[in-house]
Amino acid sequence: MNLSMKWLADYVDCGVSVPAFCSGMTMSGSKVETYEAGGADVTGVVVGRLITITPHENSDHLQVCQVDIGGDAPIQIVTGAQNIVEGALVPVAMIGATLLGGVKIKKGKLRGVESNGMLCSLGELGLTVHDFPYAIEDGIFLIEEDCTPGQDLHDAIGFNDTSVEFEITSNRPDCLSVVGLAREAAVTFGKPLTVKDPQFHGTSDDIAQSLSVSVENAALCPHYIAGMVKNVKIAPSPRWIRERLRASGVRPINNLVDITNYVMLEYGQPMHAFDQRYVQGGKIVVRNAAEGEMITTLDGQERKLSPKMLIIADAQKPIAVAGIMGGEYSGIMDDTQTVIFESAYFDPVQVRRTAKALGMRTDASARYEKGLDPDGCLRTLRRAMELVEQLGVGEPVAQFIEVDQRTNTPKQIPFSPDWINGFLGTNISREAMVQTLESLEIRVDGDVCTVPSFRIDLERPADLAEEVVRIYGYNNIPSTVIRGVAKAQLTPQQQFLRKAEQTMVGLGYYGILTYSFTSPKCFDRIGLAADSPLRKTVTISNPLGEDTSIMRTTTLPSMLDVLATNYKNRNASAWLYEMGKEYLPTTPDTLPQEPDRLTIGAYGGDMDFFRLKGTVEALCAKLYLPKYTYVRPADADHAFEECCALHPGRSAVICCGDQVIGYLGEVHPTVQKTYGIGARTYVAKLLIQEMAALAETEVTYEPLPKFPAITRDLSLVCEETLPVGTMEAAIEQAAGKLLEQVTLFDIYQGNQIAEGKKSVSFSLRLRSHEGTLTDEQADAAMKRVLKALDRIGAVLRD
Amino acid sequence: MKEQLEAIRTATKQALSSCTDAKQLDQLRVQYLGKKGELTAILKQMGKLSAQERPAMGQLANQVRTDLEQALAEKQHALSERMLQHKLEAEAVDVTLPGTAQRQGSMHPLHIVEQEIREIFLGMGFSVADGPEVEYDYYNFEALNLPPDHPARDTQDTFYITDDILLRTQTSSVQVHVMETQKPPIRVISPGRVYRSDTVDATHSPLFHQIEGLVVDKGVTMADLKGTLKLLMQRLYGDDCKIRLRPHHFPFTEPSAEVDVMCFQCHGEGCRMCKGEGYIELLGAGMVHPKVLEGCGIDSSVYSGFAFGLGLERIAMRHYQIGDMRLLFENDTRFLEQF
Repeated sequence: MNLSMKWLADYVDCGVSVPAFCSGMTMSGSKVETYEAGGADVTGVVVGRLITITPHENSDHLQVCQVDIGGDAPIQIVTGAQNIVEGALVPVAMIGATLLGGVKIKKGKLRGVESNGMLCSLGELGLTVHDFPYAIEDGIFLIEEDCTPGQDLHDAIGFNDTSVEFEITSNRPDCLSVVGLAREAAVTFGKPLTVKDPQFHGTSDDIAQSLSVSVENAALCPHYIAGMVKNVKIAPSPRWIRERLRASGVRPINNLVDITNYVMLEYGQPMHAFDQRYVQGGKIVVRNAAEGEMITTLDGQERKLSPKMLIIADAQKPIAVAGIMGGEYSGIMDDTQTVIFESAYFDPVQVRRTAKALGMRTDASARYEKGLDPDGCLRTLRRAMELVEQLGVGEPVAQFIEVDQRTNTPKQIPFSPDWINGFLGTNISREAMVQTLESLEIRVDGDVCTVPSFRIDLERPADLAEEVVRIYGYNNIPSTVIRGVAKAQLTPQQQFLRKAEQTMVGLGYYGILTYSFTSPKCFDRIGLAADSPLRKTVTISNPLGEDTSIMRTTTLPSMLDVLATNYKNRNASAWLYEMGKEYLPTTPDTLPQEPDRLTIGAYGGDMDFFRLKGTVEALCAKLYLPKYTYVRPADADHAFEECCALHPGRSAVICCGDQVIGYLGEVHPTVQKTYGIGARTYVAKLLIQEMAALAETEVTYEPLPKFPAITRDLSLVCEETLPVGTMEAAIEQAAGKLLEQVTLFDIYQGNQIAEGKKSVSFSLRLRSHEGTLTDEQADAAMKRVLKALDRIGAVLRD
Repeated sequence: MKEQLEAIRTATKQALSSCTDAKQLDQLRVQYLGKKGELTAILKQMGKLSAQERPAMGQLANQVRTDLEQALAEKQHALSERMLQHKLEAEAVDVTLPGTAQRQGSMHPLHIVEQEIREIFLGMGFSVADGPEVEYDYYNFEALNLPPDHPARDTQDTFYITDDILLRTQTSSVQVHVMETQKPPIRVISPGRVYRSDTVDATHSPLFHQIEGLVVDKGVTMADLKGTLKLLMQRLYGDDCKIRLRPHHFPFTEPSAEVDVMCFQCHGEGCRMCKGEGYIELLGAGMVHPKVLEGCGIDSSVYSGFAFGLGLERIAMRHYQIGDMRLLFENDTRFLEQF
């Protein structure tokens, strides 16, 4: 909402500067975005009178003018313009003047003749023919205003208004008007508000002879008033109307259209003007559209209507979509003679739905859908008629046709100063509250407030509290600390996630943040099977684009994207983790599951499969996870479909008991290539939420050993395919509880070892907690171990 | 014999003074004090002495032995000191050489700021609540006093999954979940992702983060809201930080406020950073609307509450002076390693 300060002055004199006005209004609830002085980008332009015009000695198209600019002597200006005449008043940009677009005027010579300024066209001043309909577009602006040479142009042509731009919140449609803002300004600055009741005389014609109105849907249109203006003379509006419209950001068109816009800006109520010639049968019917009915709207678009939409029709056809836009040919034209003005209240929800369904938002519909003053129609129409008479636009008929089926009654709200103070934490006197409320036209009678019809937002005591405190000043509310003690603690789950993150940071990884939505193409990029359940996603029905159209069912592609970005940006290494959700659909009518996942991705540095595995193991240790094992994805019943993106020989699923808790591995060379990553890349995904449930919560200290340990080393030879994990498991089982630790310290293949075999060396640490271990005990344990190893094909190396 | 002893003492001391290494020192020890050494040889002759001479000579001999042992020990100490000194000198390194690279990690800057704010609120007795990001229309809009066809729905360009399910546009949806499941007193914050269909640019992203706060109890006032936010801002920006509340409108609070913090650059004078306002808009807040309380089964005549929501990106970007929001989502390690 752009407010003309000159217009505001009709209603209230705030007595403050523009910046003070803006900050005061902002702090009382009408936020000012910015303000702009009219013509501020044009400076140094004055009115001049052309004394003589002579042809240029060296040019056929240039002319040399002597211009009176109010000084002792005229100045000489060379111009190429053809529309100038001696004696005319013109805008003169002096040396040093600035014109639209920052153009600076300098002294110069044109074909050898000195020129000390420039004569301006409308365009160069930021004006159009709509502002000054008597002027021409492509020529010098010949001023027909009452002004004198030397006068500043802004003052001379009334181009000196200030326009203040407000951001009006959706609950205050009443402030989308000059009167509404004037009321706020009057209360804010404690000044009186002057609103006059519109007056007009009108002719005594019988309107009912040529027009009838029927409203078939009272619920959607409780109030409809039609007025008539005869013998209309379409012409440009007077300057003051044009100026105010322009300051409000509305383009002047002609006197009649301008009046409807002017009144809408002033009172907030949109109006519509019909040319009576096109209202067939002199009948106006407000009804729902019939199935299949069509209308061509003012913008030339043919639109299909539905029975849910409210329209204005004549005897035969729709002539307007109620509250949104008129039909083609129904509006005002240059030869219009009789005009029907419509001032009506339409149901906000209906206007909103219709505008949305038809895909057309207009200034009028935006106002209707926010909710207008249900009692505002008559005043608005009377104001329009007043202007018609005042400006001599035509002859208004005194009688209106009114269909009034309103049921609204004034809203009443209990008023308790004690409750308000208790709610706000303030100590405002009853008198001050009453004064504020009354100046907002909220009537206070004892402990009841009666709300004016234009304040559709006020319903409850909390609303009254807001009215009181926004005028009292939010910044005058004291600051207090909330009382009472609350127990605040992170939940075990939140603590677990936090610890996981801290551990990842400690292990040298950077946290990343990726979008929750992704492209369905990502599944192909990771080589996922066409029938994979992961392809069943939560899908956005109105996405920004395909790239962000589905909620991810796996975090892996996001991580690969980030690794690819880093690789492309030539970062030598990237070790990353993300704590983020996956979105796993359930049924179409219920919400998806949103489990947290810890995704790890890395390339470069000394990253390899075992480095990543070390990371996972360190993390699991810090998170007190019980014993877990690794199996190849193929042997894990394909627990994770996305493991197809991994190197089949360098990937594993992590199991903790029966529960799979994640996977890790090297990215499949094909996928790596698809993502354009030229380095071996490693990823892991951990089901961090499931891990939290498995982790030990109570950790107790284990006493340090009292008795010495015995260490025995074993070098074994076996088939190269025998997994070390199998050997370790055999050792652990055979050695029993004496085994404290088994450590792999060497794997060797080559000379001295037969083809297809490998040598594997372990160091076993044995200890008893009951007493010093004897060599005999240790030997016995080792014997069992060797026997167990022999059974799986691992024998002592000679 | 006495002369012999003195001679040994003198000879040994002389030899010691010119001795320069441990090996030589060992030789001297053997030569003079060893089993077959010179002193021992002399002592073996003690038997030949008369009973009168023997005590005096014995005493002298012991004296000489002790004296020499001590001299040897001193010499040995001096030599090892010197050796250590040499070793230390030889081992000196160029301390300006770079350290061996140690892998470091860090949290994402947005999460660092989120954690900081969590800590502040934990300290004020707030728990942390989570809520779904894919949400029913009811929790995101309707229960927050934004019925269907409410014009304010337009200001939040919503991603829909179905007619009833959407991507939450605000963490305020968690308010409703909390109030439905907990009885007052309630004191929670809820950080999380929210979604609006904004195209990506330096200050917009279709996905961003908010932290919601909610307090419901008997006698909670707007002054409490102000006090809580003031404390938050002072903890975030220092004790001299000033805040300003401006009336605003949110459907789910009444009264509603926008909260500005005094511009850090110009301290209220107005500059380019704050677009001449002197203040920077940071968050929205207000007293929980009675309709919202009632909708969650909380008696608004007994309880009152306040709520606030702040945008994490804005705070993090301000904090680290990051000019372009896209950097937060690009995750270039050269960016990440700075935090």
